Amino acid sequence: MNWPLIISNTLFTAISIQAIAYVLAAIGLNMHFGFTGLLNFGQAAFGAVGAYTFAVLAGQGIPWPASGEPPWPFGQPWPWWAAALAVIPAAMVLALLLGIPTLRLRADYLAIVTIAAAEIIRQALIAPKLDERFGTGGADGLQGFTGGIEKINPWNGRTFYLWKQPFDGHQAFMIVAGWSLVALCSVGMWLLMRSPWGRVLKSIREDEDAARSLGKNVFAYKMQSLIIGGVIGAFAGVVFAVGGRAAAPNDYATAFTFFAWTVLILGGAGRIKGPIVGGLIFWLIIGFTEVFLSQVTRNKVVPTWLVNENNFGLLRFMFVGLGLATLVVFRPQGIFGDRREQAFDVR
Amino acid sequence: MSAETIPVPQPADGAAGPLAGIAHEPGVAKPDPLLVVDGMRRAFGGLVAVDVAHVEFQRGCITGLIGPNGAGKTTFFNLITGFDTPDAGTWSFDGKPIRKASPYRLARSGMVRTFQLTKSLTRLSVLENMKLGALDQRGESVFAGLLKPLWRDQEREIEQRADDLLQRFKLDHMREEFAGNLSGGQRKLLEMARALMADPKLIMLDEPMAGVNPALTQSLLGHVKELRAEGRTVIFVEHDMDVVNDISDWVVVMAEGRVLAEGPPASIGANPAVIDAYLGAHHDLDLGDEQ
Ligand SMILES: Nc1ncnc2c1ncn2[C@@H]1O[C@H](COP(=O)(O)OP(=O)(O)O)[C@@H](O)[C@H]1O
Ligand SMILES: [Mg+2]
Repeated sequence: MNWPLIISNTLFTAISIQAIAYVLAAIGLNMHFGFTGLLNFGQAAFGAVGAYTFAVLAGQGIPWPASGEPPWPFGQPWPWWAAALAVIPAAMVLALLLGIPTLRLRADYLAIVTIAAAEIIRQALIAPKLDERFGTGGADGLQGFTGGIEKINPWNGRTFYLWKQPFDGHQAFMIVAGWSLVALCSVGMWLLMRSPWGRVLKSIREDEDAARSLGKNVFAYKMQSLIIGGVIGAFAGVVFAVGGRAAAPNDYATAFTFFAWTVLILGGAGRIKGPIVGGLIFWLIIGFTEVFLSQVTRNKVVPTWLVNENNFGLLRFMFVGLGLATLVVFRPQGIFGDRREQAFDVR
Repeated sequence: MSAETIPVPQPADGAAGPLAGIAHEPGVAKPDPLLVVDGMRRAFGGLVAVDVAHVEFQRGCITGLIGPNGAGKTTFFNLITGFDTPDAGTWSFDGKPIRKASPYRLARSGMVRTFQLTKSLTRLSVLENMKLGALDQRGESVFAGLLKPLWRDQEREIEQRADDLLQRFKLDHMREEFAGNLSGGQRKLLEMARALMADPKLIMLDEPMAGVNPALTQSLLGHVKELRAEGRTVIFVEHDMDVVNDISDWVVVMAEGRVLAEGPPASIGANPAVIDAYLGAHHDLDLGDEQ
């Protein structure tokens, strides 16, 4: 057993680009659920919209459907920052589409619609027709859209080490950029949630009729919350895609949403630091079980009829599930939740 | 001694103040109505919950709305405040006809209600509950919210107002507690105090005394009277006739969705139609519904 490698690999997983992506997705969900009480079970939809908006625009650009010289902005790659900015209106449009028909209705309607929307978007991205028209790459997804970011990366081509764990300059850059984005979003959330605006959001979470009776336009606030959390979720998708240098439909399947939820619940919904703590813990567990089990199976420490090199990957999610179940039983408010608040959660 | 009789200013069951000399009949016109309702109807399937032909509520007065359980009082409140939509009917508030009856717009126009089942925001502190009630907060817009200097001064002023009200309602010692830690009676007090943060012209209280212990009832009654002294208009639903007699200037009786009778409190107990309505339902005017 190579303990230094196990430990450094685990630590690296906890701060990796994947971890960042789920922390961001969970920060968005925290805005939705933790502070507003909205049930968004389709955060993957926002992730996919973010990833693909960036990948299409920064990669080939939008194909020009007619013949002849394509007019700007068609037919040519956008600068990386323009593609990143375009993610914001794209996520806003999705939030409006999801929110306008559902936010006046009971909370469950948003949940149903978001689940469906995430799956519709994933299936559409697989479809060859969408690829023909918008260059989304079909089932294989897209690559080669990170050039602009690699150009501005001062560490490009270098190799770094986290103790025994090597990683390249691109990863290093995205880790720094990604955690900076996490910090930026968290500070922004903190500023918002201490404001009267945040107070209205929390009142909607508690009882939206009470908020209405006090002159608050509940629909508008819910929509703002859905948009802000959705835009953050879309940037989770961007980080994920740029970090992995690929956007593929199946990266944004239901697992994306449920990992993000797990991260949020682990850390404690309704806390600014909840998603960060939850993300670190989630990926420490995933990272450790992954590398530990791979070592164990490779070195045949446990009998192969119990677990072998091909199926240990499944085992780690069992551990995560077990950990989550334990948490729900012993600390239902999450690791950083406030037990006193939980006491009132009986409606 | 002297045979001189002091002229009695009012008949025994008459109303005082602006409502003196007004006929005791359903739909009677008032000298200065704040709220006027016309032809308001709401049916749930076959059940007609509210069917009010015409009713006016006098400005600056406390009007008690009574009626047996299921008379449609809560539904009537919901319709007026925009929480439910009438099948037919119009109403006007402070002289302006109400076109788009969304609850938040009506609240902003000065009509704030409380709920029969209290809606205290349990995971917000008592102080935060209060501060939420203030209208026109600059920091409630998302962009201004980010920048504290834009709303710091207003927030301080709102907090001062909240503290004053908390003191008046004797909740100041609970200031930092989660509202979920308050007793039922304290929640009723908080809800009333929170509504006052909006500085409403009309405050509509749906069973403000229900489930409140007798000691608190007295102070609640005092607070309602104070509202009138401040020039606010109060409409409240209540079952205890002693309470109704004590604080209301005028009483509107509903039964089966209609306005059955109107008049000063003293005139109500003697009204045969009212006795009939209550006898049919409860056999006793003093009985209240506890939902
Ligand atoms: N949402 C609803 N759906 C169906 N029936 C309702 C609804 N709300 C009230 N009702 C019915 O309307 C009638 C009036 O109810 P309500 O206004 O609550 O009476 P009150 O407050 O005077 O006791 C009752 O018969 C009640 O059952
Ligand atoms: Mg009622």
